[in-house]
Amino acid sequence: MSDNQKLFLKKIRLEQIIIKIVQVGIVILILGLWEYLTLKKVLNPFIFSSPSRIIKTIISLAYSGSLFEHIFTTLYEIIIAFSLGIGLGFIIAIILYECLILAKIVDPFLTMLNSLPKVALGPIIIIWAGANIKAIIIMALLINLIVSLLTIYNGFLGTDETKIKLLKSFGASKKQILKYLIIPGSKRTIISSLKLNISMTLIGVIMGEFLVSKKGIGYLIIYGTQIFNLNIVMAGIVILIILSFILYEIVKFIEKKFL
Amino acid sequence: MNNTLTIAHIKKSYYTKKGEIKAIDDINLEIKKGEIVAIVGSSGCGKSSLLGILAGIEKCHEGSFYFQNRKPVIGYMLQNDALFPWLSVYENAILGLKIQKKDTMENIAYVKKLFKTYNLDEFMNKYPHELSGGMKQRVALIRTLAIKPDILLLDEPFSALDYQSRLAISCDVFKIIKQEKITTILVSHDIAEAVSLANRVVVLSKRPCKIKKIYEINLNNDNPILNRNEKDFNLYYQQIWKDLDVNVG
Repeated sequence: MSDNQKLFLKKIRLEQIIIKIVQVGIVILILGLWEYLTLKKVLNPFIFSSPSRIIKTIISLAYSGSLFEHIFTTLYEIIIAFSLGIGLGFIIAIILYECLILAKIVDPFLTMLNSLPKVALGPIIIIWAGANIKAIIIMALLINLIVSLLTIYNGFLGTDETKIKLLKSFGASKKQILKYLIIPGSKRTIISSLKLNISMTLIGVIMGEFLVSKKGIGYLIIYGTQIFNLNIVMAGIVILIILSFILYEIVKFIEKKFL
Repeated sequence: MNNTLTIAHIKKSYYTKKGEIKAIDDINLEIKKGEIVAIVGSSGCGKSSLLGILAGIEKCHEGSFYFQNRKPVIGYMLQNDALFPWLSVYENAILGLKIQKKDTMENIAYVKKLFKTYNLDEFMNKYPHELSGGMKQRVALIRTLAIKPDILLLDEPFSALDYQSRLAISCDVFKIIKQEKITTILVSHDIAEAVSLANRVVVLSKRPCKIKKIYEINLNNDNPILNRNEKDFNLYYQQIWKDLDVNVG
């Protein structure tokens, strides 16, 4: 390795270290300032809570056992809505791709449904599905399904024309073209739709829990607001941040592994 | 046995909202086994449609084509190699066999032999992106030859390559076609390529295309690059250029 190459690598490493230090520094600074200002009563801890209070709340929730119940409930809803969204999105995308007329027919409805703020349907969903976990999953599904459906479908449409011609010249059937070309060729878009899907699912699940729930992180936040205990609200948000970060990292890992 | 490919009275139209567009108007052609026929014509004249019909990708409204009194097995080579990046080179090569459910031991052995013949056997387990442009074209050719086609269709092949590799590959492909004695139809907008490779050059008129003229090419070399140096090469070139009636400027 030449000296210049070593210098170059050193520079890159240094840059990475600086970025990490500054990032951690920002978090510590904010948390520290927050704690200090509430301690000195510059910020009212009753409204703003504080890092130490949040930690204490999380610990006490963990001791009472309800913390894990909330996390598992939310996680359960996320996993179901997420897999349903991807699975159904994939199947419907195939149907639309294979049946062009159908795709043309449903196109304006999909656009309408896509632009509609799905929360508006919340009350109806509750009445139809009941005030239970089903309503939450339907809510999340409404939000994530159309996005993943459209992403996957557009991936299918983007398939290279010459490759389709090639398979046709071999006399391939529609099913074979799907199996050998369209589906494997869209792997990249399908996997990148996972990322979009997970964030959409999170929005849907938390929104659903805001509307109806007796358990879950969304419930925790709403419950905290109702009894005006900002410690619980903030604890819920912190847990949610950690949970979504972990889920996002898992999806990123999957993406790395399969691309 | 009738060893020619017969193309009889092929007609083709496209229908748009504005009306009917006649693309091909009554094409008749007989091609002997092992012959290389190049089809040239101005762009948009319908030559690719003709190839599409022979390849079974497009339907024709009238006419038919047959080889030894049956529908020929067609090998189609497109403008780019169209290799699937997620399949290994070997898996790409047997794609046609798999689709036609002909991936028998015998046919697979044939494919492996082709890999050896074209010095690609070391690369069978590599992926397309690890190969040079020329190598990819050769893999595409193996994929086409694997199904043992009666007729090979080349649709502006190699046009995605730079000039140097294009000459080299067309020379390669020429040798392979001659060796395997495959009847070949080549569609090209490059007159020089057509003249240097083909036994006959068919000039098509503008849309709707008809056969305007057919040239027997008598350049004696077995090497298309050397063909370009022959005295008559330029004569053919100029004559065909005139026939094409291209408006320049």
